[in-house]
Amino acid sequence: MKILKTVGFYLLVALILLFSVFPFYYAVLTSFETGTAIFTPNYLPESFDLANYAQVLGQGFFPRNILNSVAVAAATVAISLLLGVTAAFALARIRFRGRKLLLLTILSVSMFPQIAVLSGLFEIVRTLGLYNSLASLVMSYLIFTLPFTVWVLTTFMRDIPVEIEEAAIVDGISPWRIVTRVFMPLMWPAMVTTGLLAFIQAWNEFLFALTFVSNNSTRTAPVAIALISGSSAQETPWGAIMAASVIVTTPLIILILIFQRRIVAGLTAGGVKG
Amino acid sequence: MPERAGRGLTLTARRRRAAALFLAPMLLVLACVAGWPLLRSIWFGFTDASLGNPGGARWVGFTNYLEWLSYGEDDGEWVGLLADAEWWRAVWNTLTFTFVTVSVETVLGLVVALVLNAKFPLRGVVRAAVLIPWAIPTVVSAKMWAWMLNDQFGIINDIGMKLGLLSAPVAWVASADTAMIAVMLVDIWKSTPFMALLILAGLQMIPEDIYEAAKIDGINPVRTFWRVTLPLAAPAILVAVIFRALDALRVFDIVYVLTPNNAETRTMSVFVQENLFQFDQFAYGSAASTLLFLVIAFITLGYIRLARLNLD
Repeated sequence: MKILKTVGFYLLVALILLFSVFPFYYAVLTSFETGTAIFTPNYLPESFDLANYAQVLGQGFFPRNILNSVAVAAATVAISLLLGVTAAFALARIRFRGRKLLLLTILSVSMFPQIAVLSGLFEIVRTLGLYNSLASLVMSYLIFTLPFTVWVLTTFMRDIPVEIEEAAIVDGISPWRIVTRVFMPLMWPAMVTTGLLAFIQAWNEFLFALTFVSNNSTRTAPVAIALISGSSAQETPWGAIMAASVIVTTPLIILILIFQRRIVAGLTAGGVKG
Repeated sequence: MPERAGRGLTLTARRRRAAALFLAPMLLVLACVAGWPLLRSIWFGFTDASLGNPGGARWVGFTNYLEWLSYGEDDGEWVGLLADAEWWRAVWNTLTFTFVTVSVETVLGLVVALVLNAKFPLRGVVRAAVLIPWAIPTVVSAKMWAWMLNDQFGIINDIGMKLGLLSAPVAWVASADTAMIAVMLVDIWKSTPFMALLILAGLQMIPEDIYEAAKIDGINPVRTFWRVTLPLAAPAILVAVIFRALDALRVFDIVYVLTPNNAETRTMSVFVQENLFQFDQFAYGSAASTLLFLVIAFITLGYIRLARLNLD
C-alpha cells in the first residue's frame, strides 16, 4: 500500500515535470531541425543543425530586436527601482494621513487592464513625438512595473526592524541618507528580486510594443517573433520561429534557475500578475 | 537634501515632509502614464475621435454606446456598442475563457501546490521546472503551442493518434470548434504555475502540528484534506482566484497570436485593440475599453475587500 502510494506520488511528479517542460523541450528540438526533418514529429533529438539560429541571428532585424528588448526592460527596471525604493520608504516607514488610501490606489493601478489606457496613452505618445521610439515603451511599461515595485518593496521594507532606523534618526541623519545609507544596503536582495520580476514583465510585454512601434528596427523581440511569417500559411518557418523563441526564453530560464527561491518569495509578496 | 531647511521643525514634521518629497515623483509618473491616459480614454468614448486626429475630438454623448438610428416613420434600429452582437460575442468569449481557465488552473494549481508542499528529494527541481511556463513570454508560449497543435505536423495530433485518442488529425487552432479550447489550453499551461505558487504560500502557513494531531487521531488523509487543509488554505486560494480572474479578463496576447482574426476567440481586449488601431474606430474602441475597465475595477474592489490586505 505504501509502495503504491509512493509510486503514485512520483508518477504525479513526473507528470507535472513533463507538462511544464515538454513544450519548451520540443521547441528546442524543432529549432535544431531543418528541411523535411521538421515535418516529422519526433520525441528525441535527431538532428543538431544550427541553420535556424544562423538565419534568425544572421539576417534581418532580430539581433536588433533583442537589444531593443534588453534596453527597454533595463531602463524600465532602473526607473521603477529608483522611484520605487524612495516611495516604499515613505509608505513603509513614515506615518501620514492618506497612506492607506495611497497604498490601495497603487495596488489598484497594478491590477489595471492595460487596454483601458491604450487610446489615451496613444495620444500622449503621438503628441510627444514618441511613436516608433523605445522611449514610448519605457514610459508605458512604468504603468505595471512601478506600482508592482512600490508594492513589493513596501512589504519588504515593513519587515526591517525599527531599531536599525532609530539609531540613524537619533544621530540626526536625514531621511534621504537613511534610505541610501541604511536601507539600500539591507534592501538589495529585495531589490534584486523585484527588479528581476519587473524585468521579466517588461521583457514579455506585447500589447504596447505591438501598438506603439511599427518599424522593424525598433520592435521588441516578442513582437518580432509574433510577426515572423512565411509567404503563406503553409510556409510558416517553424524552425526559425522556434529558434527565435529559444533565444528569447533561455536567459529567463537561466535567471529563474539561479534566483528560484527569491522569485517565489517576491511573487507571493506581490501577488504579481502572471 | 533638506537638512538645513528642516531645522526648527519637529522630527515627525520633517519626516512627513520627506515622505511627501519621496512620493511625489512616483505619483507624478503614475498620474502621467496611468491616470491621465485613463481619463482621456474614457473621454474618447464619448466623442467622435479618430485615429488620425484624436485631439480634434468632439463630444457626441452616448452614441458610441447606444443610439436609435431612425430610418424615418416608425422604422429604425439600435446601434452602438450595447447593440453590437460582435461586442457581446467578445464579452461572452472573455467570460467563458475566464471561467474555464481559472477553474481548471485552481484545481491543477492546488494539486501542484500539494505536491510541492510535500517533502521529497527532487522538490527543488520540480519547483524550478514549474516556474518555466510562467517565465516564458506569452507570445512564445502561443507560438510553441501553435506549432505543437499544428494540424499537419503537430506533435499533439501525433500523440493523440498513437494513443488512439484521435482517429484523424484535428485542426486545433483553425477550426471553429476547437480554437477556444486551444487558447484555453495555452493559458492553463502558462498560468497554472503562478496559481500553484500562490496556493503553496497559503499551504505553508498551515502549522505542522495540526497535521500531526490529525495523524495521531487516526484521521485519514483524504478527510484531513477536506476538513483541515482546504478550509485553512481557502483565503489564499480565493486571493489567487481573484488575481487570476483579473488577469484572464484582460487576456490579449495569447488570443492575438494563436488565433488572429477569429470571432470564436475574440476577447474584449482584442476587440478594443482591433477597433482602435485596425478598423479606425478610435472612439468606438475607447468606449469598449471603458466598459472593460469598469468590469475589472468592480472586481478589483471586491478583491481588496475580500483579501483583507495588511496595509499597516
